[in-house]
Amino acid sequence: MLATITELFAEPWVLTLLKVVAVFAVVMPMVAYSVVAERRISAWIQDRVGPNRVGIPFTNIKLLGLGQPLADGLKSLVKEDFTPAHVRKAFYWMAPALVLVPSFVVLAVVPFGSMLGAQKMVIADLDVGILFTFGIVSLGVYGIVLAGYGSNSKYPFLGGIRATAQMISYEIAMGMAVVPVFMLVGDLNLSAVIDYQASGAWLVLKQPLAFAIFLIAIFAETNRLPFDLPESETELVAGYNTEYSSMRFALFFMGEYAAMIAGSALMVVLFCGGWTLPFGDFFNTPAQSLGQGLVHIGVFIAKIAMFLGLMIWIRWMLPRFRYDQLMNIGWKRFLPASLANIILTAIVLWVLPS
Amino acid sequence: MKVDRTELTWWERLYLPTLLNGFKVTLRHFFSWKRSEVYGDKQKGYAAKTTMQYPEEKWDVPTGYRGAPYLVKDVDDKTKCVSCQLCEFVCPPKAIRITPPGDSGVVDRDGAEKMPKEFEIDMLRCIYCGFCQEVCPEEAIYLLKDYAITGESREELVYDMEKLLALGGADKRAYDHHVQDGVGDGIKKWETKTREAGEQPKFH
Repeated sequence: MLATITELFAEPWVLTLLKVVAVFAVVMPMVAYSVVAERRISAWIQDRVGPNRVGIPFTNIKLLGLGQPLADGLKSLVKEDFTPAHVRKAFYWMAPALVLVPSFVVLAVVPFGSMLGAQKMVIADLDVGILFTFGIVSLGVYGIVLAGYGSNSKYPFLGGIRATAQMISYEIAMGMAVVPVFMLVGDLNLSAVIDYQASGAWLVLKQPLAFAIFLIAIFAETNRLPFDLPESETELVAGYNTEYSSMRFALFFMGEYAAMIAGSALMVVLFCGGWTLPFGDFFNTPAQSLGQGLVHIGVFIAKIAMFLGLMIWIRWMLPRFRYDQLMNIGWKRFLPASLANIILTAIVLWVLPS
Repeated sequence: MKVDRTELTWWERLYLPTLLNGFKVTLRHFFSWKRSEVYGDKQKGYAAKTTMQYPEEKWDVPTGYRGAPYLVKDVDDKTKCVSCQLCEFVCPPKAIRITPPGDSGVVDRDGAEKMPKEFEIDMLRCIYCGFCQEVCPEEAIYLLKDYAITGESREELVYDMEKLLALGGADKRAYDHHVQDGVGDGIKKWETKTREAGEQPKFH
């Protein structure tokens, strides 16, 4: 029996499956609690209190409202899942899944820790990691566009159209912004990017402009304010998800937060050193022991949480950009700036051969 | 109207000053736990933000607030209502139902010919208009401060005379609540009305 189990763990697919389950088990609660964080932080910023009631079910223990995700989830599950008569059903049903899935697929190539035992803490250590990421991230827009088209109603349609233009514009700026990173690293593998940063300064210090463009593009990619034009509830009712209710709406919601987590993870990996911290060898070299490996994973999650906090904070700080302003920034500012950044980096690399 | 559109400097067009200002404002509010002025000195124990933590803290119901209508008793703890049915007649949503005593009327105080056998107010129908209070010649029904009327069934929310009298209490409470109506010692609504009528300009 024991021998069979040992044999089973020698199989690569078993360990991969375990990692997939583990990533899911960490990311789903993160999605749930980033929603709570969003609500609490927004409340505090607006001098309110926020959801502080729900604690452990059937008791009087409130736990600062940390039971809220349970209540929200239960509500979404038991609510009536209404399909309006006028929708195009195939697309309407497909759209929420298409929003949620890409965000999770991106996490497959993100190295979320150094080592745990003999296992590298990344589900798929792809050599074309970043290309894969951009390929998948841009699929997220299909969900939104299909939701807008499939709903067969005015406001979702406008939201879908806005999503198309917005995503394409910012996809390009985002892709261009990370090119200098890979010129410096010389590898497309995300683990290699972290190794490069472990041995030197974080890339946010070497490429501040690329970081700024990437950060803002991630805001646009994840439909967060100030770029939440596809949803913009003050103009388009609720944009692409107007016609959705219950669990399907919750899937869109979870998709948005999962995309935030995926975007934050990419920012951490590309610019903020992944699981490393510049405090000596313990944090900078791949883990030898189980404890060190867990600390590295903790560092990575803490960094993601900081970026999530920033994204939530910004949401309650800036008003929504107008559509033409959005396009202006994307095409006339970020694209030239990122191109200039590429050329500048190339010149620097050419003049100063390492 | 002419809108003055000033040309922004390049520094302003970078959005950076606005951004920094936004960080400043949001941070200030995030860390401010001052209580809103709206609540005054009430419930200082809650070091919270603007939100009123409702079931635990409640607001000061202002004097003269039109809450739920209740029957009040006089200073000798006797029923004031004389079953004239004016309130029943005037009630717009027909929330009040009075069963008159008929021949076998019992009176529990001097100066009253009869008192209702049953007096019911359906709190689900009541619209808190205050017509019953205004029309009552005996000052027996008053809209008091209660505003959160809840129950688990419709029957439970039809308040009978016993309950209405218990909730209304002696008319001191109604007097305190409606003191702004400009009445003197005890509630003498009709004296006030007469005085007010006397103060009207005369035409001949």
